[in-house]
Amino acid sequence: MTTTIQPGTATPADRPQKLRQSKHGTGAGSATWPVRVGMLILCVAWLVPALGMLVNSFRPRDDQFSSGWWTAFFNPFNSSWTIDNYTQVLTTSNAGIPMSQAFINSFIVSLPATVIPILIAAFAAYAFTFMQWRGRDLMFVVIVGLLVVPNQVAFVPLVKLYGALGMNGTFPAIWLAHIGFGMPLAIYILRTYMSGLPTAIIESAKIDGASHFTTFWRLIMPMSTPALASFAIFQFLWVWNDLLVALIFLGRGDNTVATVALQGLQGQTGAGRELIPAAGFITIIVPILVFLSLQRYFIRGMTSGAVKG
Amino acid sequence: MDIKILNAVIAIIGGIGGAIIIFWILNKLAESLKGKWEDRVKPWMFAGPAILAIAVYLIYPAVVTLQYSFANEDSTAYVGFQNYIDLFTDDGFLSVLYNNVLWIVVVPALTVVLGLGVAVLADRLRPPGEKASKTFIFLPMAISMVGAATIWRTIYDYQPEGAPQTGMLNAILAFFDQAPVFWYGESTLHFNSLLLMIILIWTQVGFSMVLLSSAIKSVPEDTVEAGRIDGAGERRIFFNIIVPQIWPTVITVFITVLIGVMKVFDVVYVTTNGAYNTDVISRRFYDELYTQGNNGYASAIVVILMLAITPVLVYQIRHFRKEEAAR
Repeated sequence: MTTTIQPGTATPADRPQKLRQSKHGTGAGSATWPVRVGMLILCVAWLVPALGMLVNSFRPRDDQFSSGWWTAFFNPFNSSWTIDNYTQVLTTSNAGIPMSQAFINSFIVSLPATVIPILIAAFAAYAFTFMQWRGRDLMFVVIVGLLVVPNQVAFVPLVKLYGALGMNGTFPAIWLAHIGFGMPLAIYILRTYMSGLPTAIIESAKIDGASHFTTFWRLIMPMSTPALASFAIFQFLWVWNDLLVALIFLGRGDNTVATVALQGLQGQTGAGRELIPAAGFITIIVPILVFLSLQRYFIRGMTSGAVKG
Repeated sequence: MDIKILNAVIAIIGGIGGAIIIFWILNKLAESLKGKWEDRVKPWMFAGPAILAIAVYLIYPAVVTLQYSFANEDSTAYVGFQNYIDLFTDDGFLSVLYNNVLWIVVVPALTVVLGLGVAVLADRLRPPGEKASKTFIFLPMAISMVGAATIWRTIYDYQPEGAPQTGMLNAILAFFDQAPVFWYGESTLHFNSLLLMIILIWTQVGFSMVLLSSAIKSVPEDTVEAGRIDGAGERRIFFNIIVPQIWPTVITVFITVLIGVMKVFDVVYVTTNGAYNTDVISRRFYDELYTQGNNGYASAIVVILMLAITPVLVYQIRHFRKEEAAR
């Protein structure tokens, strides 16, 4: 770190030194103090908005509207703290329905909408990777194209169709919608992964007389666990965080989810405004925990080139 | 409540179990066929349910949407191009399009540049510092736009003049004895749209950083070394050696954010609901579909959005073909 030779100015005779210099020039641990301080400031700045909401969620109504959250943050012992906001928003219907119920609804929507498409997509990805059939490549190109197509293209006819079937506002309506909308990404991720699996193993299974069904269950599914996990995280976060699909197919009734309830609360001007930070925290805590505990799979899914339209 | 949870459990078990049974039956059916036909039919048994889901939930509705876009508000009679003519002669809709263009111009580029900057800086920290700072920057990616908009109230909040300010921006103004500003209403030069874009950028920079950082790390060390031997400075090495090699990743990040921005909805809907000249295509679409109940306009807006996305779609398919060929 303390070599004084400028990169590139050394003569070939200084080669060992130069190599050391280049290793420390931009690599890990090469940060100068301005870089470290800059990154620290950036990280703090990135977290300050969220910290503000968290602090406010524990402050009584009067405090929230008479001083900024930083007043309480820097004088924690001279400020009043309360969990009333949480108990209120969880039990009363300020947000349309109690937040506890919306929270459970979010799980009711997210879990089947995450788990069911995986199996359907895995079978399809197997067919796209290991079977020869007419129309296969064309079909896959269509799926790749659909990755970027916004879900909005489907809403008007689906709302009409669901209306005719009396399905608007029901869980199956939104489950099926999320299964359909998530399918191109699921097939894409799984197929990309499966095509990277060693073909020799599949060939030898075939020679041993294993059917496609057995090969799929016994070999491909266990081997694809990382890809299944990264899609599961993607889809779960996507469904949990979704606002538009929930607004359109579930609406604001008893079945509404946390994001919609939180959005409904934002419109409040009088009573209930103090509950917004608490409701916000309740809405974001699950994705944050999922993300922190499964970060590795999430990043792997991202770097495999997944785009969701 | 208990019944709901029970329903969900049944849905999971039934959905998974049902799917397994369906696939098993389909597989048996295919196996009962003789020789060649078995191989011909089986792929469709495996891929069929997924293709059906895509057909029913994406392809068929897209075609119907195109059809509705030429029909009246309750889709009972055709009106030709009237919906499109109405939209393109409506100043309100044109400014919606203009706003969306602003989002498209500002957000993807800024996300890439910021993500690249953070990636370069974070990579120079020691591993624990790098990991911690990356997690912090990446965290907002996990939360919903509704949550993000809620969080940013602590920055943009506005109280009338004289009252103590609870938003950080207005508190800073108050510190310098300036009158508070209602930020979401500040439409001069689309300043309020820019403030909303910052919320989206806040959630996306982590994504950009992670992808670009892993791309930078996979740049072969000897190419950088060669540059050094030739006497290139750090800046030249970065722009002339590293950037060209990570360019494909830059494009991937750009396209991903671009697609997200073209259909941006949540952040505008939650903060201003399109008021103060901040409206965007997707929010307007929701408005036409729900508040106005006009299927014709709503469908026409989606078709316009789809046309705008078509170049990206073509790029995506070409890119995929190239990758497949390289396999």
